[in-house]
Amino acid sequence: MHSNPPRLADRFLQFFCAPHLLEEVQGDLHEEFEYQVKHVGARRARWRYWRDVLGFFQPRYIKRKSSQYPQTYLFSLNMLRNYFKIAVRNLLKHKGYSFINIFGLATGMAVAILIGLWIYDELSFNTYHKNYDRIGQVMTLINHERDGLGHNHSMPYPLSTELAINYRSHFKHLVKASWVQDYILSTGEKKLSRKGQFMDQEAPEMLSLTMIYGSWSGLQDPYSILLSASTAKALFGDIDPTNKPLRLNNKVDVKVTGVYEDLPLNTQFHSREFFGPFELWVTQNPWIKERALQDWSNHFLTIYAEIKPNDTFENVSSIIKNAELKNLANYKEQAAQNPQVFLQPMSKWHLYGFSRGVPDTEPMRMVWIVGIIGAFVLLLACINFMNLSTARSEKRAKEVGVRKAIGSVRGQLINQFFSESFLIVVLAFILALLLVLPILPWFNNIAEKQLTVLWANPYFWLFSLSFILITGLLAGSYPALYLSSFQPVKVLKGTFRVGRFASIPRQVLVVTQFTVSVTLIISTVIIVRQIQIAKNRSVGYTRDGLIMLQMKSDDFYGKYDVLRAELKKTGAVYEMSQSMGAVTNLASGNQGFEWKGGDPEEQFGTLAVTHEHGKTVDWQFVQGRDFSRDFPGDSSGLIINEAAAKLMNLEHPVGEPVRWTWWRNNKVLDYKILGVIKNMVMESPYDAIEPTVFYIKGHNGGVNFINIKINPAVSASVAIPKIEAVFKKIVPSVPFDYKFVDEEYNTKFKAEERIGKLATFFAILAIFISCLGLFGLASFVAEQRTKEIGIRKVLGATVANLWQLLSKDFVVLVIISCLIAAPISYYFMNEWLQKYTYRTEISWWIFAASAAGALTITLLTVSFQAIKAALMNPVKSLKTE
Amino acid sequence: MKRTFLGEFEEIVLLTVAILGEEAYGVTVTQELEQKTGRSVGFSTVHTTLQRLEEKGFLASQMGGATAERGGRRKRFFTVTAAGRKALVEVKQVREELWGALPPQTLQLMGG
Repeated sequence: MHSNPPRLADRFLQFFCAPHLLEEVQGDLHEEFEYQVKHVGARRARWRYWRDVLGFFQPRYIKRKSSQYPQTYLFSLNMLRNYFKIAVRNLLKHKGYSFINIFGLATGMAVAILIGLWIYDELSFNTYHKNYDRIGQVMTLINHERDGLGHNHSMPYPLSTELAINYRSHFKHLVKASWVQDYILSTGEKKLSRKGQFMDQEAPEMLSLTMIYGSWSGLQDPYSILLSASTAKALFGDIDPTNKPLRLNNKVDVKVTGVYEDLPLNTQFHSREFFGPFELWVTQNPWIKERALQDWSNHFLTIYAEIKPNDTFENVSSIIKNAELKNLANYKEQAAQNPQVFLQPMSKWHLYGFSRGVPDTEPMRMVWIVGIIGAFVLLLACINFMNLSTARSEKRAKEVGVRKAIGSVRGQLINQFFSESFLIVVLAFILALLLVLPILPWFNNIAEKQLTVLWANPYFWLFSLSFILITGLLAGSYPALYLSSFQPVKVLKGTFRVGRFASIPRQVLVVTQFTVSVTLIISTVIIVRQIQIAKNRSVGYTRDGLIMLQMKSDDFYGKYDVLRAELKKTGAVYEMSQSMGAVTNLASGNQGFEWKGGDPEEQFGTLAVTHEHGKTVDWQFVQGRDFSRDFPGDSSGLIINEAAAKLMNLEHPVGEPVRWTWWRNNKVLDYKILGVIKNMVMESPYDAIEPTVFYIKGHNGGVNFINIKINPAVSASVAIPKIEAVFKKIVPSVPFDYKFVDEEYNTKFKAEERIGKLATFFAILAIFISCLGLFGLASFVAEQRTKEIGIRKVLGATVANLWQLLSKDFVVLVIISCLIAAPISYYFMNEWLQKYTYRTEISWWIFAASAAGALTITLLTVSFQAIKAALMNPVKSLKTE
Repeated sequence: MKRTFLGEFEEIVLLTVAILGEEAYGVTVTQELEQKTGRSVGFSTVHTTLQRLEEKGFLASQMGGATAERGGRRKRFFTVTAAGRKALVEVKQVREELWGALPPQTLQLMGG
């Protein structure tokens, strides 16, 4: 029986054994194997063979003998220098292509860098705080009978006491905080309105504020205040303000105990321009001590907590779960909602927040959308780069032939093409950085960010480096691996032909590019239309010349009549009123209304106003009349909007009685409907109008905004100083801090307008980059077909014929792209529009117009090259070889 | 006088090569060793030792002609050089001197 040594062992030996030793070693092994087969049998011989082969696996047998001929060094410095020299010459020889290549890629990279910075900023939100990983907000998860699951940010006061007494050992810090509000800070003559929050004394340490003056213990004194650096500067200039006195809301004197570095824009606490001690807030708001300390139904407190270093949020959350529920014996309604207390980690505050109690997926979705768009723009640029370099590379087949003929090995050619593509990518990256620097301030403005290039961040460089590597490899791989395989004989003889299907991948890439671009164009048009339609929505009142100011101090109250009289006396003011909340905001809503056939569970917007409010904001009546001082009974009158009239479903609402039971103390008030006004857009202009009632006096808080309608005959610039003078005289302690209603109203469009601007920016870039690539390809094709065009011309083709010939291919590609882009963009935009109640239609003409636009741009791009080629003198094009 | 140290295994391999004369190569040396000493010897160990002895100058080697067996692969034949012979003689002398110095009664006790 003939037996062979194990194949695998033999292969392994051939793999590792040095060639000059292999012959004798393998020979000896085989001979020994045959001998062993005879003596001990095939099976054991095979085992032995394996053992022997493995015995040879040692340095002595693996090390290769140095060759007696000089090796071809793949990384010889001279050759590398030569590659770069050739690369630079190639770039300079074809300046147009080089420009398109480098500039297109740089644009894409710049966008990628901007978007990368934006995403980094979003993801690193709040990381400014050193204890970021351990800070959380105490929240409750409630199960509401009617509205389903909800998340509550506001906590009842006794919960903080409960946590502090029975669960304190699970927290490193436990901090109660007030709501964030505008306060008037004054020192001497200087008065400023600043947002601030009152928190327990541990807050500065928990938030690891960077103190410029003073220390973290600055909130221990109940009459102290910590200022942000910019607030301190605005109040005191550049000096150290510690121990300086400051007056809060013209009421209470406090002492500055410290100044902290401004919190950066990407922190949740950024809006707080000062911090005060929680105790001070309690003493300034007597109702807390009077009613709230033991009331589990009054939710108004924010509670922050820092857990112990080795603990987890899940663990602490499970421990404090029932801290509220177990105390709700006397609160049947709330106990029915089964409130579960939990900690929301700081890392989730920004991107996984809650909007009106339910998880808000919008921020995270925005990060994804922006990221995907960025990736696509980058992809477009890379496609350009690949398309152009593959198209160009066929021209270099001869160079490959010559290089091979004089002794280049394949590895060297691969090196050469790779070093060329890396040179371009690196140049593009440098250019991209140079582009980002001037764009960044503008981008920050649109995106409302404080982005900076992260020069010192290792991740930034890691990303950039890996990106350069990937693009360089991707774009360089085709010429490097394909061209280097050419046979020199064929190439140099001229019999070499590129296959018929060589241009297919290029066409697929062009279709991809234009699909992305057209999708972006369609989306942009729809977004802009959605904003436009909301802006054109009739708002039901007149914003022109309407200004408003919040009554931030008690000094405003009780001066209504004298203010109104003085203002009207100036002649600059047409009318003035006071209202609950701003005109652009539905500040309050309640249940408990009863009318003929009505349901007390229905929710209405409830706003207190003064008699002159209608005249000031110019609301428009459908039925009935306005409040009037001539009828004393009007103080128990109601004005309702159309939405409310519809909800009440009364045939003749005017004159109908409405009974309102105040939920807190079951006090009953009887009202009569005076009039019905047209719907006023007070909340989001994209939403349906809330049913709303307006009344003169109520039990539901008071008025806190002053609205002033400037006399239409007087310009605002003349009127404002006059109004200011009146306020200085009557309410001297408060800064005259007003807002134009139309400006305030426009801020409602901010989020959408930002999306619109960004989408426009990306769409323009996408189409620009795509056209840049198309331009390059068109000129390449025209150049390739110079001879063909020459012959066609000689045979009588007209310029129009030739133009058609050269443009047709590209136009077909763009039409295919439009056909693909239409359903994609319809799907995404339809989904986006679903979140708006008041929304635009996606009509067919948007698709048609976008397609027509894309085609026009394509034709313009391609025609330039096509006509240039068609106009060429055939004598010249046929003569050259 | 500088003496080259010869390990025990090296000495045996060197001797075996000398015994085999013209026919000494990897396989024969290994088989001869196994037969003579009765111990199982690693194939690679023998090869390595042969190479090391050649590096030390005790052995010389040359490739033989193409062979019909073992897939036509050539063999590397080893021969003992003058230095090798000298080293073997020296080792033998040392041994004999040592044996000679052994007291007769000890020799008897060992059963010799």
